[in-house]
Amino acid sequence: MAEAAIELIGINKSFGAVHANRDIHLEIPRGTIHGIIGENGAGKSTLMSILYGFYQADSGEIQVGGKPTLIKTPNDAIAVGIGMVHQHFMLVQNFTVIENIILGAEGEALLKTSIAKARSELERLEREYGLEVDPDAVIEELPVGLQQRVEILKALYRGAEILILDEPTGVLTPAEADHLFRILKQLKEQGKTIVLITHKLREIMAITDNVSVMRQGTMVATRKTSETTVEELAELMVGRRVLLRVEKGETKSGGFKLSVKNLTVKDSRGVTMVDDVSFDVRAGEIVGIAGVAGNGQSELIEAISGVRRAVSGSVMLDGKPIDVVGVADPGELRDRGLAHVPEDRHHVGLVLAFEENENSILGYHDDPKYLKGPFLDIDAIMADAKEKIEKYDIRPGNPKLKTANFSGGNQQKIVLAREMEQDPGVLIVGQPTRGVDVGAIEFIHKRLIAMRDAGKAVLLISVELDEIRSLSDRILVMFAGRVVGERGPDATEGELGLLMAGVEHKEAAE
Amino acid sequence: MSTPYAKLPGWADYGLIPLINLLVAFIMAGLVVLLVGENPLRAAVILVDGAFGSGQNIAYTLYYATNFIFTGLAVAVAFHAGLFNIGGEGQAYIAGLGVSLVALAFDSVLPWWLTFPLAIAGAALVGALWALIPAYLQAKRGSHIVITTIMFNFIAASVMVYMLVNVLKPAAEQAPQTRQFLDGGQLPKLNFILEALGLSVRSAPLNISFLLALVMAVFVWALIWRTRLGYEIRTFGFSPKAARYAGISESRITIIAMMISGGLAGMMALNPIMGDQHHMALDFVAGAGFVGIAVALMGRSHPIGIVPAAILFGMLYQGGAELAFEMPNISRDMIVIIQGLVILFAGALEHMFRPTIQTLFASLSPRSMGIPAAKTGGA
Amino acid sequence: MDLLVQLLDATIRVSVPLLLACLAGLYSERAGIFDIGLEGKMLAGAFAGASAAAVSGSAWVGLLAAVAIAVLLALVHGFASITHRGNQIVSGVAINFIAAGSTIILGQAWFRQGGRTPALSGDARFSAIELPGAEALRDVPVIGTIYSDLISGHSLLVYVAFLMVPFTWWVLFRTRFGLRLRAVGENPAAVDTAGISVTWLRYRAVICTGILTGLAGAYLSVAQNAGFVKDMTAGKGYIALAALIFAKWKPVPAMFACLLFGFLDAASIRFQGMPWPVIGKVPVQLINALPFILTIILLAGFIGKAIPPRAGGVPYVKER
Repeated sequence: MAEAAIELIGINKSFGAVHANRDIHLEIPRGTIHGIIGENGAGKSTLMSILYGFYQADSGEIQVGGKPTLIKTPNDAIAVGIGMVHQHFMLVQNFTVIENIILGAEGEALLKTSIAKARSELERLEREYGLEVDPDAVIEELPVGLQQRVEILKALYRGAEILILDEPTGVLTPAEADHLFRILKQLKEQGKTIVLITHKLREIMAITDNVSVMRQGTMVATRKTSETTVEELAELMVGRRVLLRVEKGETKSGGFKLSVKNLTVKDSRGVTMVDDVSFDVRAGEIVGIAGVAGNGQSELIEAISGVRRAVSGSVMLDGKPIDVVGVADPGELRDRGLAHVPEDRHHVGLVLAFEENENSILGYHDDPKYLKGPFLDIDAIMADAKEKIEKYDIRPGNPKLKTANFSGGNQQKIVLAREMEQDPGVLIVGQPTRGVDVGAIEFIHKRLIAMRDAGKAVLLISVELDEIRSLSDRILVMFAGRVVGERGPDATEGELGLLMAGVEHKEAAE
Repeated sequence: MSTPYAKLPGWADYGLIPLINLLVAFIMAGLVVLLVGENPLRAAVILVDGAFGSGQNIAYTLYYATNFIFTGLAVAVAFHAGLFNIGGEGQAYIAGLGVSLVALAFDSVLPWWLTFPLAIAGAALVGALWALIPAYLQAKRGSHIVITTIMFNFIAASVMVYMLVNVLKPAAEQAPQTRQFLDGGQLPKLNFILEALGLSVRSAPLNISFLLALVMAVFVWALIWRTRLGYEIRTFGFSPKAARYAGISESRITIIAMMISGGLAGMMALNPIMGDQHHMALDFVAGAGFVGIAVALMGRSHPIGIVPAAILFGMLYQGGAELAFEMPNISRDMIVIIQGLVILFAGALEHMFRPTIQTLFASLSPRSMGIPAAKTGGA
Repeated sequence: MDLLVQLLDATIRVSVPLLLACLAGLYSERAGIFDIGLEGKMLAGAFAGASAAAVSGSAWVGLLAAVAIAVLLALVHGFASITHRGNQIVSGVAINFIAAGSTIILGQAWFRQGGRTPALSGDARFSAIELPGAEALRDVPVIGTIYSDLISGHSLLVYVAFLMVPFTWWVLFRTRFGLRLRAVGENPAAVDTAGISVTWLRYRAVICTGILTGLAGAYLSVAQNAGFVKDMTAGKGYIALAALIFAKWKPVPAMFACLLFGFLDAASIRFQGMPWPVIGKVPVQLINALPFILTIILLAGFIGKAIPPRAGGVPYVKER
């Protein structure tokens, strides 16, 4: 093995109660492409931010080129030859390429000479690595692929020998991604060390020399890419978690409650997040959508529930259309019996500054049962809140308490109680147990099954594969905005993991 | 406008920290008094005595407080929707048109108790309409409401000068003001209430608008915390994303909240015009719209805080006038400084002392600083 | 011709404080710190300038005092909005009130002239500068008149103000500081990851704002007028803010916006009560309100679109 470009020894980092990195050891040989893979929240980005001096480790040592190195700020990282391409580009949108490249590395007080120097340097980099880009183009007018190239050039211009790329293909088209990989290989041939953070197994297999797997803040394994398989990595990534199996009977599914046809959704940057997706949900079944975060599941349920506008396609609720492209109003959809437990309960599903009882009517505040004319019927709201607290075992059982003072699990129960007790025909649930304690998970799962058994249609999205597998009657897998497969509840973890990673596998396809 | 910070006991959050902020503001004001060569403690005594020393003084204090209750409530309603209405000054000024046109039209034919409701409606309507334009531009065209409401203050000033000089001034008069209102355009004084309490009031402008201001304080409380609309306003103010999720229209709330805010600011015009001077003159608002910002920040946007904060500023205005007699180096403009300091420390620097206090609490009682769930788990 | 030269001459005089304040705001807002406290800093500067000039008898001492106090207030704004991540609007409002109140209180306490400072004369005031050759060229038709009567004969600060326009442009677009300043107003995270301190950069920007508002204040009380009068800025800080938006935060358009607003002001005084050429009689109040009306129309997006610096008004918090 070649000499190590970077060695991490016993890195720990906590944010409040969250232990984001736990005793991380990692050795990255010089002149290689090293993949770091793991699910969202596994601690990959935190680790790399520590390496780049954006955060500081609570304990542990970083060695660069065999020497212990203190990296306190990005400046220190740049000085020892570490460059980083962030997931969200750190570019000034209305600056030209060359202005972005020299920002922070101008050298002199006047720009003229530094720009001239950067220009010739850019030409050299362009020749050596095939990184073509017009130095006078304005960033916001460039496609994302080129913007990313500017980020790479920025790092190289600062003399980076070690280049960290954080989820670099998330925003790229497949063709752009292929081009990026060619560039990375070329950089490697020139002796640069590349660290590639990703959750996509396909990329790891395609271009890395070594791969390290992270799970829940720890480094669980490092392998030579040539000596491992997609199946092994998928298993290492997901882990063998204790299955919380929920007792559930056979599905007695009925008619179509929700029909999605050719739905396409773009995000605010204009990137297509949901790409021509179609599926149905029947009464009395739970349809789970599996997928690694960021593959369009969020945008999908936001569009169906009227929070986000779709670009094209149609959605039928009980046989009648929802105007998903025009002005779908979440309030009107609630009246039509579509309830929605959003993924982000802190900013969307709840108003944390509200009292518990106020949140227990959010979205249903125009229901006559909570109103006396234009006034809120405080007595009715309190009685209703108390009833839900009782039924869903929300603790502490005080409806006057500020919502921010409840634990994650109890906050989630507030949302679930609100949405389920309205007796909706269709329930859309996003990440129902994220940040929820084990006791509450079981409770929430049972509730969801009870909804299904009561003949409701449930659409569930979750990044927890276990959850999807134990609750769903049918499983759809989303990857890069598309539904890439449908499986029954007995599908194996490995099979789903491959689909989630965008790997078309022979056995998996059957 | 508020960001959740690490937990402190409620009384520290809502009592201690605002109190410390206020105290620092007044200490700074005391330094200014020192700087002009006067004794700040003596100044404070004169000020309080000037504000509350006699029935006459109390009546004046409450008269000024009336203005500030209206404008403070106006700023607060907008705050609840997450909007900063800096245009209270202009909305109140232009609303003077609504008040005086009603008074001029009906003072000879209707008794005051019939003119009054019409004038209230006129003031609120004109104030609301003046706030509608910036609100509409924010909701539909994304123009920053802070900038547009500032601009509308200046436009209002120009409009009012034009109206008073060229339209409303009787031809025979010199001063740019409307004619004197007849009895039907004059609001009754409230001095008899103070006199009933055994205080003597010679002639103070405290009038029935003060009661209207208190009614409006109750109205705002009921609106914000007891109606469906208020619920929607607060949801939008705390979290636009949650409002979107709950099916609450952003532009509807922006427009309605700003119109209510403008209407409240507009009602302030009743107090000086129909309650005191019985005519409309130039610049009758005299900064009350801006004082409303300090009052709302100090009162934490709740009527229970706003009314005392308004009375405090009324006290500063009235006491400040007395102070200027006793201490020639100090004029009523001292209040403008205090107002600025209150806005600075209770507003822009509201979290300055929080880390220190948190550390203090943590060292005193580590248990009260735990994770929120742990803290309330046993309750 | 005479009328026109007089009108343009007056335009230059009234535009100068607008221009200085507008450029002041440009530094701060380009760095992502909104500043509606230009008015207050200018007012405090005018008062400090006139006071110091009156006491010392030197206009230069006045100028220094004006700049010092305006920078101090700018640092207060920076302390609230950069260090404590407070609301920038609230902080600006506070500074305006503190300045408005203390200039009157201190003025009365120190000089006892009803809020005025003693009248300045001689060296205590910046006097008009005769440019070389102005006298000789006076009789040359057109060019001579323009040079001698319009361009020559202003105080030093007038020339400084107009030279600040190309200088600011140069700083913004030709220096490292300018590049970073513009970057921090658009995307502070990019600046932070490039290893530059966002805090220090923004503090330097508000200091620039302080210096220029100090110059604007000094111009008002030590050059254009012979002393401080209570509330002498009379909304000029807000007009400057309007001009800044109108100019879309660019230095050269800022100069034209200020000249336009200055011209409206000068003309409204000139034609008060008289019919205007071509358009006839116009209420002076309409002219006074015009800068604000025009800015609102611009903000509403009916004539072009004013896009403020992207990170403006938002305190920078390092993201997790």
